[in-house]
Amino acid sequence: MNSLGEAFAAAWRLIAGFDAELAQVVGLSLQVSLIAVVIATLIGLPIGAMIAVGRFRGRQTLIVLLNALMGLPPVVVGLVVYLLLSRAGPLGNLGILFTPTAMVIAQTVLITPIIAALSRQIIEDAWREYDEQLRSLGARRINAAMTLIWDTRFSLLTILLAGFGRAAAEVGAVMIVGGNIAGVTRVMTTTIALETSKGDLPLALGLGIVLITLVIVLNALAAVIREMALRRYG
Amino acid sequence: MLPLELDQLTFSAGNAAIIRGISARIEAGPRTVILGPNGAGKSVLMRLCHGLLPPTGGRIVWHGAMNGGKSVDVRRHQAMVFQRPVMLRRSALANVMYGLKLAGKSRNQSGLRAMDVLEVVGLAQHAARPARVLSGGEQQRLALARAWALGLDVLFLDEPTANLDPASTQDIENIINAIHASGTKIIMTTHNLGQARRLGDEILFISNGRLMEHTPIDKFFRQPASSEAAAFIKGEMPWQ
Repeated sequence: MNSLGEAFAAAWRLIAGFDAELAQVVGLSLQVSLIAVVIATLIGLPIGAMIAVGRFRGRQTLIVLLNALMGLPPVVVGLVVYLLLSRAGPLGNLGILFTPTAMVIAQTVLITPIIAALSRQIIEDAWREYDEQLRSLGARRINAAMTLIWDTRFSLLTILLAGFGRAAAEVGAVMIVGGNIAGVTRVMTTTIALETSKGDLPLALGLGIVLITLVIVLNALAAVIREMALRRYG
Repeated sequence: MLPLELDQLTFSAGNAAIIRGISARIEAGPRTVILGPNGAGKSVLMRLCHGLLPPTGGRIVWHGAMNGGKSVDVRRHQAMVFQRPVMLRRSALANVMYGLKLAGKSRNQSGLRAMDVLEVVGLAQHAARPARVLSGGEQQRLALARAWALGLDVLFLDEPTANLDPASTQDIENIINAIHASGTKIIMTTHNLGQARRLGDEILFISNGRLMEHTPIDKFFRQPASSEAAAFIKGEMPWQ
């Protein structure tokens, strides 16, 4: 009990004192997950919008598949990306295994289906309401997709935050493809896992506190944005 | 564009026949009111004419659309105002400009034109407000402005005042008349006989997916030809 209390106190000292190692790990975490969210959005949002307004064969199957991919186990994603990037793998000559780039790739693979599937749902719901009006005004599908993305932008933003939360809190994929190398590929979740197994609780707890705070702040932000948008734009 | 000819038009959804062989010729000029009880197929007929639904049988021909042998894009010459206006999540002005932009107008042109029509429908002071926070009547006026701005040959209106109070209804009817006066053909549905009488020049009376009569408004109310129309008038205005 006493040692737990000491660990908490030490964790607070690390956070309050902007401990260099802690700051470096948090910084890399944010950087990797932010880049992954941006790339996943650039890929996932157009896919989601296309499926939402498109009418083509196999659409329903694609939606089921996409929804299923939302639940991809991170360790499996890590394993597949690892195999692709390892020396013997098809992308081995890029030499990016055990670098932050590899971690960005793994997280992008993990959250692109989330962003595509959730944006598909939001855009399709809006499309039901807008469909006749937009067609009546002469909008083509591509115009309609752009209009719907713009009109649902606040709901879509909460999806991006959800994607970011998932990426930042995920441990399995980045552990495998990053290798958890101190000062290079060590992010919050992998550091927590390692330090806990080493018995160095202050750093693990400190990072845990930062991570939970981050997740709460993101969710609060999402709620505030939705609320504001609803009041302002109806 | 006009005249608009419907030739044995049918529409079914699954096994349910909604429009059962309607033939009619709608000329330029008079305000046409499609009248009938709820569920008669008025809205579906209008969506077929506007091209939002593909007919399951028969033809829709815009005779005026053949211009010197070249066919005109009929979609560009007609608009529709719905029972519940769909407003984009942007300002009132931007909603009007949206339609103009799709029609290929430049930003400058559309800005001026949009402000003009907002002025005419009495919404100029709300131009910068988000469209979705306007009242129901204001949103419907905005929907009319958005359609009117396009400078069309034909305007379809589907029960445009069904959800509105009497004052808003009168605003909307005044605007519809102004659009008519500007030379746009008005084709609207209603189940409200008072409105049909105020706004209509000719009546297409629809019952159970069939066209029962197509007559000038006076004749329709004085001596309806079909028993369905007579019953409808009697049911709506039992004091007559």
